[in-house]
Amino acid sequence: MGFIFVTKALSLTLITTKKYVIMNNILEVKNVVKQYGDYTALNAVSLNVPEGSIYGLLGPNGAGKTSLIRIINQITLPDAGEIILNGEKLNPNHISMIGYMPEERGLYKSMKVGEQCLYLAQLKGMSKQEAKKQLKYWFEKFEISTWWDKKLQELSKGMAQKVQFIVTVLHNPKLLILDEPFSGFDPVNANLIKDEIIELNKNGTSIIFSTHRMESVEEMCDYIALIHKSNKLIEGKLEDVKREYRTNTFQVGVMTQNIEGLMYQLTQKFTIGQTDFKSLNDDLKLEVQLGNHTTNDLLSVLTQNGQVTHFAEKIPSVNDIFIQTVSK
Amino acid sequence: MNKLLLIVQREFIAKVRNKSFIVMTFLSPLIFLGMSFLIGYLASINKDEATKIAVYDQGNVLKGSLKSNKETAYTDLSALPFNVAKDTASKSYEGLLFVPKTASVQDLKEKVEYISDESASAEFIFDIEEVVDSILTQDNLQANNLDIAKIEKAKVESSLKLSKYSGDVSLKGINEIKIGLGFLFGYLIMMFIIIYGNFVMRSVIEEKTNRIIEIVISSVKPFQLMMGKIIGNSLAGILQFAIWAIVGISIFLVATTFFGAETAASSMSKANPEAMKLAAQNSGFMTKLPLYLNEFRNLPIATIIISFIFYFIGGYFLYSSLYAAIGAAVDNETDSQQFLLPIIMPLMLGVYIGFFTVANDPHGNIATIFSMIPFTSPIVMLMRIPFGVPVWQIIVSLILLFGTFIAVVWFASKIYRVGILMYGKKPTWKELYKWLKY
Repeated sequence: MGFIFVTKALSLTLITTKKYVIMNNILEVKNVVKQYGDYTALNAVSLNVPEGSIYGLLGPNGAGKTSLIRIINQITLPDAGEIILNGEKLNPNHISMIGYMPEERGLYKSMKVGEQCLYLAQLKGMSKQEAKKQLKYWFEKFEISTWWDKKLQELSKGMAQKVQFIVTVLHNPKLLILDEPFSGFDPVNANLIKDEIIELNKNGTSIIFSTHRMESVEEMCDYIALIHKSNKLIEGKLEDVKREYRTNTFQVGVMTQNIEGLMYQLTQKFTIGQTDFKSLNDDLKLEVQLGNHTTNDLLSVLTQNGQVTHFAEKIPSVNDIFIQTVSK
Repeated sequence: MNKLLLIVQREFIAKVRNKSFIVMTFLSPLIFLGMSFLIGYLASINKDEATKIAVYDQGNVLKGSLKSNKETAYTDLSALPFNVAKDTASKSYEGLLFVPKTASVQDLKEKVEYISDESASAEFIFDIEEVVDSILTQDNLQANNLDIAKIEKAKVESSLKLSKYSGDVSLKGINEIKIGLGFLFGYLIMMFIIIYGNFVMRSVIEEKTNRIIEIVISSVKPFQLMMGKIIGNSLAGILQFAIWAIVGISIFLVATTFFGAETAASSMSKANPEAMKLAAQNSGFMTKLPLYLNEFRNLPIATIIISFIFYFIGGYFLYSSLYAAIGAAVDNETDSQQFLLPIIMPLMLGVYIGFFTVANDPHGNIATIFSMIPFTSPIVMLMRIPFGVPVWQIIVSLILLFGTFIAVVWFASKIYRVGILMYGKKPTWKELYKWLKY
């Protein structure tokens, strides 16, 4: 399991310096329980978010993602368990370390853009001067300096989204929590924001994505966790999870005169399925599950019967893993 | 605390900059003035048309005792035959006052009759009875050979001197001032709670509908946000009241210096007995004015002002935190109605109890009890205080008020905390109760 891999990595760093281990995870969620009346929203959920990672928190609607995020943001308190942020137990000082863009988001409609940003930055603990300086930087970056004195209701939805993003990252948070970040963003803005997120990550900001949209996860995340029905089902490095969920299935393309013979030989040893990768010149396209054979076994059958033009392991997409786990 | 200050500041500025706030602040005194002028004008038109009353004095006993005035115009139809007079009166007069011819004047005691399809006003009945009374009394006096002039001369009008054990002299009229003052403060608190409680609620709903709430409470505690809203809005309200008070006082001063003397003079010149009497009373009031002022100074002004401040803070915070909780529980203002009723009820109750019981018996059981109950005490106690309330009662009432205030704020902030993150459904009372346990 990917989980084993992580522990190995941890024990390795443990030898080098102890402090590094503590700093290794920007966020640790330990057995957090949250109940609303009789309903359990989080059932002893534990997560480790490594510093500097882009961490995908996945799960269907109602899985408990938002409940967890609200606990991390100290909006609600857990009924049990604890949260360690940046090596310390979660406390009010952490508010300035987190940038949070909730799924249900908006701004004061009748307030001027600049004043609004200043206010929200000050609530995050920034001084007015510092906030002004940062705002100038971001407003210039997004080329929106002329909006300072405009009221939010005068802006288009796309414009407001830019302001929304600035408000989230203005105070240089160490941890950025984005709940369904791309919902409601038009493609141009979504791309712009995505680039900014990646740049922030390069500069050391850890990022938690909460989403049920898998494409963005596939593209950006290096760690994922899957929450379903209040429980954490999967957690780990994206590659490890994928490795864990691989089915030893290969997609092959062959140029051959002897389709029937090849098919016969393949079915003797392997499980064969339909595939759909795009290619120009294959006579036979197949999905082959190795079972207890090796790739060399498969290759030898293929090369004996024709010219191999395509050979690739079918890596499960996050979407596959998601659907597979959730529907289990 | 710094964050609370930021929120208070934002709420205050947002409220004060709001166009409707500016318009209301400067327009409502004008509307108020306009309304008073309109009412005054309408009343003056009303007075021009005196009620026409026909009088049929068979035995000529009235001898001009009935004098027409602004309100009523008496016309003597005694010269006509009774049937004709009755017919005329029914057609073109409000009513007919029939004084039958009797063997003795004393027989009139229960025989004077007023015929009208409209019911007579209590004042009119009293006036007529008074006239008849005095005629009959004079007749009695004459019958007993008593000198009316001497009797009139012998009549004395005494005045009860009211004083306290401390030796201070009280004035009888001061009770009206006390009632007025108490009601003014009580009413002021009620209006303030309703108007600014609503503003708090609207401000909460606005943050919910704008979907900014979650961003804000990821930076501050919901409790801070709620308190910031309540304080910020109340400061805006206090500013508004201060502006009105200043405008009001300056208008009053200007009005009295320019028009005061003139109106007094004109009312004197149009002398009729009624007005004369009134003027006499007025001049009596004028001579007593220093006494009134003195009495006014003897009112527990310091107690009134200090307790006004405390009851104002306690009452306003108590109610506006409930308004905030309601705002958090609903998605829009229309949904708030069912929850608002239980808030407005005790306020109305306080005002009615104040009007009906405090005025009659400021230290009676009902008034005392309701000046202790926290939801009505800010109104009822303030109405009682000008009459002198034992300090221990005020202290107990304030302790109860602030104790409840803390409990209610705690309770409201729980509902608020859960409610602000709930969208899309109108909660029931049962759900609100459940939220308390989250």
